[in-house]
Amino acid sequence: MSLEAMYQQVIMDHAREGHGRGLVDLTSAGRGESHQVNPTCGDEVTMRVGVDGDTVATIAWEGHGCSISQASISVLSELLEGESLDTADETYDAFRALMQAKGEPLDEEREDLLGDATAFVGVGKYPARIKCALLGWMAFRDALIQARTASSGAAVEGGEA
Amino acid sequence: MLRDLRDDFPILTRTVRNGRPLVYLDSGATAQRPLAVLEAEAGFSREHNGAVARGAHLLAEEATDAFETARASVAELIGASADEVVWTSGATAALNLVANGMLQASLGAGGAGADRFRVGPGDRIVVTELEHHANLIPWQQLAARTGAELAWIPVDDAGELILDGLSEVITGNTRVVAFTHASNVTGVITDVEPIVRRAREVGALTVLDGCQSVPHIPVDVAQLGADLMAFSGHKMLGPTGVGALWGRKELLDALPPSIFGGGAIAIVTMETTTWLEAPTRFEPGTQPVAQAVGMGAAARYLMDLGMENVARHEARIAQILREGAAALPGVRLIGPVGDPERFDVLGLAAVAVEGVHTHDVGQVLDDRGIAARVGHHCAQPLHRRLGLTGSTRASAHVYTTEDDAHAFVEALAGVREFFGVTV
Repeated sequence: MSLEAMYQQVIMDHAREGHGRGLVDLTSAGRGESHQVNPTCGDEVTMRVGVDGDTVATIAWEGHGCSISQASISVLSELLEGESLDTADETYDAFRALMQAKGEPLDEEREDLLGDATAFVGVGKYPARIKCALLGWMAFRDALIQARTASSGAAVEGGEA
Repeated sequence: MLRDLRDDFPILTRTVRNGRPLVYLDSGATAQRPLAVLEAEAGFSREHNGAVARGAHLLAEEATDAFETARASVAELIGASADEVVWTSGATAALNLVANGMLQASLGAGGAGADRFRVGPGDRIVVTELEHHANLIPWQQLAARTGAELAWIPVDDAGELILDGLSEVITGNTRVVAFTHASNVTGVITDVEPIVRRAREVGALTVLDGCQSVPHIPVDVAQLGADLMAFSGHKMLGPTGVGALWGRKELLDALPPSIFGGGAIAIVTMETTTWLEAPTRFEPGTQPVAQAVGMGAAARYLMDLGMENVARHEARIAQILREGAAALPGVRLIGPVGDPERFDVLGLAAVAVEGVHTHDVGQVLDDRGIAARVGHHCAQPLHRRLGLTGSTRASAHVYTTEDDAHAFVEALAGVREFFGVTV
């Protein structure tokens, strides 16, 4: 596999564009924040996720890292902001599967779900880089769980009031 | 000059990504092993394996002999006597053995003889800002547990130790100074003499991290004047899982052990234990015997080549790597270019490529069959001090060719273009 196949243009573009970059203060009840570090290189991301009902309302982040990690966070932000929680879960699972696929493409259904994120297929061939690609997804997962818990807690409290 | 010894290292003939020949430039992380080491290790297991220092049968005797002969070879490499060399599982374990021994002394172990190892509130422990984590964290932890203060010799913007204000860092209350003999990032060989002199003035122990020096340059512990030194097997062409702590005999005999078990003891009752002299007191349990034999063979291999010759060979590689990298636009060499003719730098170059993350640099190198190290090289504080999170490092050993070094510089030259970084 060539280097160009790993660093597809869509990855290079996202690494530059950095969708969702810039932390914003979330005020909604359903919010969570996660800080993730890649201990081998010191790359970091802090991500805030806001949930509104059944929707991922906001994804905002700040961090630094290699082009794979930065592009992956950018793609994730663009892909999942505004999506339903169910879609976010399915997409997360699909991306994990893509990372474990050793460079082989996934089925069409999951590729549709992943959109631009399918460009990371080549990363699966390089075990040392999988962590780079997953950094933002781990942060998203962690922040989303918190946001959901907070959101459902607020809903229950609201219901009782 | 070194003879052509590529044939001694079978792994160098294999191919890597895209069928390319291997350009191995990660010896600073782990070195490749010559047949002499592989055969010594396997030969021991095949013909002489037995319990060391236990039992009176022939194999036990042969195993003990091989184990102690290896110790003598390792001692000879650094100009020490065999009873001053303790086998450990690696340099990390060796440094922890010293720091934990000092903790044991601080808790009251070792009697009056261990006074010089005691630290507590009001005392100072000194390291440097460019230490490998293995020579920082044990001291950080010793300070935290004893109430002593941790201080460090700072580095300048180029990553070089600032030795001008030594007496302000190594103060009268300093009990121990732990520092590297050669940086695994800047490649600079430390000017040991002023640090040891100042430490002696205040009665502080000196602990050297010899991981990057012992495998690459002549090291004579008597000449260096430090009290203790740690180094590892796998960076000096030997196996993993084995390393050594050298210390002056009277110090080792007084340092309380911190790992307890069989084989290291004189008399054991249900209530108390007395320990054997060094080095045995620090070697409880079953040691990595085959690996120690391999490390002994590595020491022998290096001595047969001659450490002066090794240093001269690597100085030539250093020149190509460092001058080559420093001359590239958008590439920052960490540390000074140095003067390899004067043996002030190791055969390594750690670089930061402007606008390209170290993992991405490493990927481009890997695509060309070049094995280099990416990341912070277990020296986060140094990288942070220099405004970096990581760097890409090429590091050489006896088998590294000038072509290898040129391949690194050439590959590095194309990195920014590949990632579209033009400014």
